[in-house]
Amino acid sequence: MANYVKLIVLGLVVLFAMMGASYARDLAYQVHMIMVMIIAAGVFVWTLRRTDEPVLANDLSREYNDDVIRAGVIATLFWGIAGFLVGVVIAFQLAFPVLNFDWAQGYANFGRLRPLHTSAVIFAFGGNALICCSFYIVQRTCAARLWGGNLAWFVFWGYQLFIVLAATGYLLGGTQSKEYAEPEWYIDLWLAVVWIAYLAVFLGTLIKRKEPHIYVANWFLLSFIVTVAMLHVVNNLAIPVSIWGSKSVIVWSGVQDAMVQWWYGHNAVGFFLTAGFLGMMYYFIPKAAGRPVFSYKLSIIHFWSLIFIYIWAGPHHLHYTALPDWASTLGMVFSVVLWMPSWGGMINGLMTLSGAWDKLRTDPVIRMMVISLGFYGMSTFEGPMMSIRAVNSLSHYTDWTIGHVHSGALGWNGMITFGCLYFLVPKLWKKERLYSLNLVSWHFWLATIGIVLYAASMWVTGIMEGLMWREVDANGFLVNSFADTVSAKFPMYIVRGLGGGLFLAGAGIMCYNIWMTIRAVPSRERSLVAAVPAE
Amino acid sequence: METYTFLRQLADSWFLLAMFVFFIGVILFALRPGSNARHRHTANVVFRNEDKPAQPEEKPQ
Repeated sequence: MANYVKLIVLGLVVLFAMMGASYARDLAYQVHMIMVMIIAAGVFVWTLRRTDEPVLANDLSREYNDDVIRAGVIATLFWGIAGFLVGVVIAFQLAFPVLNFDWAQGYANFGRLRPLHTSAVIFAFGGNALICCSFYIVQRTCAARLWGGNLAWFVFWGYQLFIVLAATGYLLGGTQSKEYAEPEWYIDLWLAVVWIAYLAVFLGTLIKRKEPHIYVANWFLLSFIVTVAMLHVVNNLAIPVSIWGSKSVIVWSGVQDAMVQWWYGHNAVGFFLTAGFLGMMYYFIPKAAGRPVFSYKLSIIHFWSLIFIYIWAGPHHLHYTALPDWASTLGMVFSVVLWMPSWGGMINGLMTLSGAWDKLRTDPVIRMMVISLGFYGMSTFEGPMMSIRAVNSLSHYTDWTIGHVHSGALGWNGMITFGCLYFLVPKLWKKERLYSLNLVSWHFWLATIGIVLYAASMWVTGIMEGLMWREVDANGFLVNSFADTVSAKFPMYIVRGLGGGLFLAGAGIMCYNIWMTIRAVPSRERSLVAAVPAE
Repeated sequence: METYTFLRQLADSWFLLAMFVFFIGVILFALRPGSNARHRHTANVVFRNEDKPAQPEEKPQ
């Protein structure tokens, strides 16, 4: 019966998409409607072939739903490579403008590729890592199978569709020009649907848990899901110009729009890239170290102070703008206060290894997780410092900001994700070990050196251009033109591109290592059978 | 009183106080002496039920 409803809905979607493709007012919308039409028609046929067929009544409640997590791991690797690759390309486009090829103007120049890079690494790589790790964690810590059956698969494929629509939209010019919230209205609506399904799967699993208490990692993950839903809806309140076109008009205007955007923008950092990944940290570091978290009380205090304070920090993006001074001071003060819970969490993660520090020498996976905490501590110190108005007057609009973002994103989010993937893959594919720990070490050092090159070159070039911009001569005239700073930055841009290249090479090694782990390492069961005849 | 002024005053007074009291309350509740055993049990949840959900007939160890 449910299949009939699905078929009716899918048929209507195909019909609407066909009309959309023919009435389309712009290229991005037209291409998207053709994609939606083909995908919906494919799912229609797929559903039709299953309709009125006998269904095998398997009781799956005694097993975890790990299929969708395996798919999530592969998607994370794929989008990771794609996002890092585009990052390296645009880094070299900045150093060598000739790489903005004439034949690709309007599609693959820096302005089009830059949002593709940020969305690919944050939402595609980071988002897939968060979704698959949260599904893994919530099942294990609740001792219950994922709620909602195939709804988890809807979340997975729906999220991939969101990524593909957003990415192709950027290349074709469909953007509402809000940083980290570029996708246009119909893509935003689709993400809202997928995200509510994600919330339902996560909450449903929490509700049917067999453990009496909700483990702290799930608190972080739940706050990430709920807050991102709220931020996404409020920041994307837009009225489409036409239902047959991608253009829309945001309901906020002027400084209110700026404030809503950076309330969204900073809390995307705070709840997507921090709270969500802290949820991963609070599960996988104790697992990898074989010891419970250093202080469970501290983790609770970490959680509540992080979510109570982060939500106020957004206005520090708007120093010296039309935003009232009291609001930007509020943002600055809360950003500085935020240093405390951040470092409390970092210390809690690091001290989890007390008594197991020797593992740092023997286990490169733990080394990856620990260095991610190191970068977390570094960027959560740098961030509050840069949010102070006097510092911000030097750092804002310079490459220092880019360096700060990347030491957090590559160092904290990237490294903790790599560590989690290396931990997860042997478990999920039931292998006895990783293919090669040596390759993990290679990945570790390539990525670390890459981040150091990236962050150091951006500090140098950021502070240099900040100082050059504000330099005045004895008569009060500006000494440097903007182009002077651009040419002075050239060597640092090359170093930055090389750092990104090393990071990408490390990720490539990880893909090979994980591929070989899945293909070539003996599985856990077989090795048990082989061990039996010894006596 | 217009809506903005009302919300502005509420945010600056009672609601601020309520959130602050809630925040302090949560921290004090986490630090209460009786919570040690429960926190130890919860912190070890990561080492249980790794391969299978808790089965209906048995309680989670």
